[in-house]
Amino acid sequence: MSIINENMTSKEMLDILVNKNMEDARKAKAKGELVCWSSSIAPCEFTETMGICTIYPENYAAVLAAKKIAPEFLEHAERKGYANDICGYARINLGYMDLKKELDEIEFPLPDLVLLCNNICETLLKWYENIAYELNIPLLIVDVPFNHGEEVTEENIKYVEAQLYDLIHQLELICNKPFDMDKFQEVMKIASDNATSWYEATSLCSAVPSPLSGFDMFNYMALIVCMRGKKECGTTFKKLKAELEEKIAKGECGLRGAEEKHRIMWDGIACWPYLSHTYKVLKNKGANMTGSTYPSAWALEYTPGNLYEMAKAYTGMGNNLSLKGQTDLRKEIIKETKCNGVVMHLNRSCKMCDFLQYEIGKELEESMNIPITTFDGDQADPRNYSKAQYETRIEALVEMMEQRAQ
Amino acid sequence: MEINNIIDYLVKSADFPGKTIKESCKKNNKEAVGCVAPYAPEEIVYAANCIPVGIWGGQVELTKARTYLPAFACSIMQSIMEYEIRGTYDFLKAVLIPAVCDTLKCFGQKWKGTSEAIPFVFPQNREAKSAEAFLESEYKYIKNKLEEILGITITEKALQDSIILYNDYRAEMRKFVEIASVHTDVITPVIRHKIIKSSYFMDKKDYLEYIKELNKKLRLLPANNSKNKRIIVTGIMLEPDGIIEYFEKYGMDIVGDDLTHESRQFRTDAPFSGSALNSLAKRWTNHNACSLAFDPYKERIQYLVDLANHYKADGLVIALMKFCDPEEYDVPLIMERMKKENIPLLVIEIDQQAKSFEQINTRLLSFAENM
Ligand code: SF4
Ligand code: SF4
Repeated sequence: MSIINENMTSKEMLDILVNKNMEDARKAKAKGELVCWSSSIAPCEFTETMGICTIYPENYAAVLAAKKIAPEFLEHAERKGYANDICGYARINLGYMDLKKELDEIEFPLPDLVLLCNNICETLLKWYENIAYELNIPLLIVDVPFNHGEEVTEENIKYVEAQLYDLIHQLELICNKPFDMDKFQEVMKIASDNATSWYEATSLCSAVPSPLSGFDMFNYMALIVCMRGKKECGTTFKKLKAELEEKIAKGECGLRGAEEKHRIMWDGIACWPYLSHTYKVLKNKGANMTGSTYPSAWALEYTPGNLYEMAKAYTGMGNNLSLKGQTDLRKEIIKETKCNGVVMHLNRSCKMCDFLQYEIGKELEESMNIPITTFDGDQADPRNYSKAQYETRIEALVEMMEQRAQ
Repeated sequence: MEINNIIDYLVKSADFPGKTIKESCKKNNKEAVGCVAPYAPEEIVYAANCIPVGIWGGQVELTKARTYLPAFACSIMQSIMEYEIRGTYDFLKAVLIPAVCDTLKCFGQKWKGTSEAIPFVFPQNREAKSAEAFLESEYKYIKNKLEEILGITITEKALQDSIILYNDYRAEMRKFVEIASVHTDVITPVIRHKIIKSSYFMDKKDYLEYIKELNKKLRLLPANNSKNKRIIVTGIMLEPDGIIEYFEKYGMDIVGDDLTHESRQFRTDAPFSGSALNSLAKRWTNHNACSLAFDPYKERIQYLVDLANHYKADGLVIALMKFCDPEEYDVPLIMERMKKENIPLLVIEIDQQAKSFEQINTRLLSFAENM
């Protein structure tokens, strides 16, 4: 029997499932079963099929950062010699791994293998190298080449597809049992359906007013990251979708206790240590985050059983596109979710998020006549954010949005 | 040519890249094509009858680059961006940009010069059989692009010839660093660096002749009995020259290196294969122990230990490029291992924009004294 049921709200389901995921990992570890650490948009279908409990360091780092207990781990990593400009998630994770600290209810068991897919950044290569080396465990990689041209090339897809077959063999060797193709088929169907359900729910942000605030979406993201291969994940998003549709029918907006006057696109990762500050400043101005790249990031859809399509989905996702691809994606989001302003998070942790920002912003401003602001922040390290700067920038953005609305 | 003349010539060539490139193009009736930082398949450029020019930044004040790159982009890309905007590279026919890190991935998309940028990717899962075929297709794309830009055809024969020349060059360079390590009185750290660097600005065919001659002459000199400390350097690059001068000042010879700018460039040959592009692809899949090529077993660390043993080094210096994450991740692990091995280690930060090196000066001095 499932631990969630239709009578629960999607938020209740979310909380139960996120806890369960971590609890399952702890139980698996205690029983001596394999635990895998994986990057956030890696093909979880494979470890899921093998019954390997898979958990996500990026997600866990975000949890620690949101709980405001990241600095201890960041500082530990820095004392070990990690430079403080390295991705905050990596520093937290490597610090955590080294400290192997018992964190009672949120403890994150150490892995027996790691799986990485560099479709979001190259930083992961180095980060996971270090985990595998320090713990002396197998490292599975699906290398997804950056799409530097306008098209996702056949050669790129074929290279990724071939690695998916390699992955099956590698897992068979690690688990010492055959890969169950029937189960794989089932898992692929679930994962692909979940991706659709995630996209369908989160893209309801296009309604006016939007029934969902992007900041709430950030919370639901934990599920699509951590449980994309499990049925309950889809159940939750279907429920979320129903709830949002109800809100749309009633004309309710996703901002708690405020009216939606402006709609912005948030470009980049959340500032987890200041999630509530970043949210409230916007809310006080009646600005709702309706656009972001996240709904499409996990919209990994393919025909179950078709590894070619699967490879294409993993290599064609947003972060892995050329400048033009990334700009077009944002144009689409702004149009779809009817944004009239853009907030760009110049994230000290993430070079991949930042280094095309100038070009993307310029093109959006010029072709869409949309005002843009940027602020300095960090997804995980509280030292790189200034409340005052954020407030001033948002104020200026809102003024520009108001002017243009007239 | 006398040994001193060869050395002088190469050192000057490194000191005046613009002039060197121009002269070399004129002499050989060739155009120049840029290669941003490491590992471009120079052989393809060479087979296109062009001189591949290494683009590794330089000591420049940032006035324009800041608009396009946040302050926490690596220092070398800041310099390159600055030169790019100033038009320094506009004489190049094209520029190859490999996506080996997040910075270069983005960099390949935002070239500001007038020459056409050709971004490309190296597959990182080098153990996968499919990696070679993928890289061959990337190289084919580079080849097609160059043919289109230059209005020429690059033949298989030209590619094969160019591979033979480059393998010869690499072999000769490996000899050079070996021989230089026992002639540090003549090949001082600054001279060693400049000799290697000058290869980025001239026709490899000409350069190879100089190096062969130099190796031949160096061999005939009696090995020196320098009492200096013997140092290995690792990292992306060791520059500006001001830093290398401190090595000399404090009695430290550079006897070996694992720098992307230097030895890593000629460590791996292109093995024989039926097709030239496949052979070049194999060169990358065989390239190990490098921070920029996925290294799940961290062979680089063992490689450094071996290098230190081979050269009987007294210490290791990590020249850490500011804000270079591929390198930064390796630092803690190298530190740990060197401690175990009892190899003295110093980490210095490479900042191409730095005007004074007081801090590095002090640290190198105390490193030299305490070794
Ligand atoms: S935050 Fe950026 S650098 Fe860090 S893992 Fe994510 S994409 Fe990579
Ligand atoms: S981050 Fe490192 S590898 Fe990447 S461009 Fe900069 S120096 Fe080169």
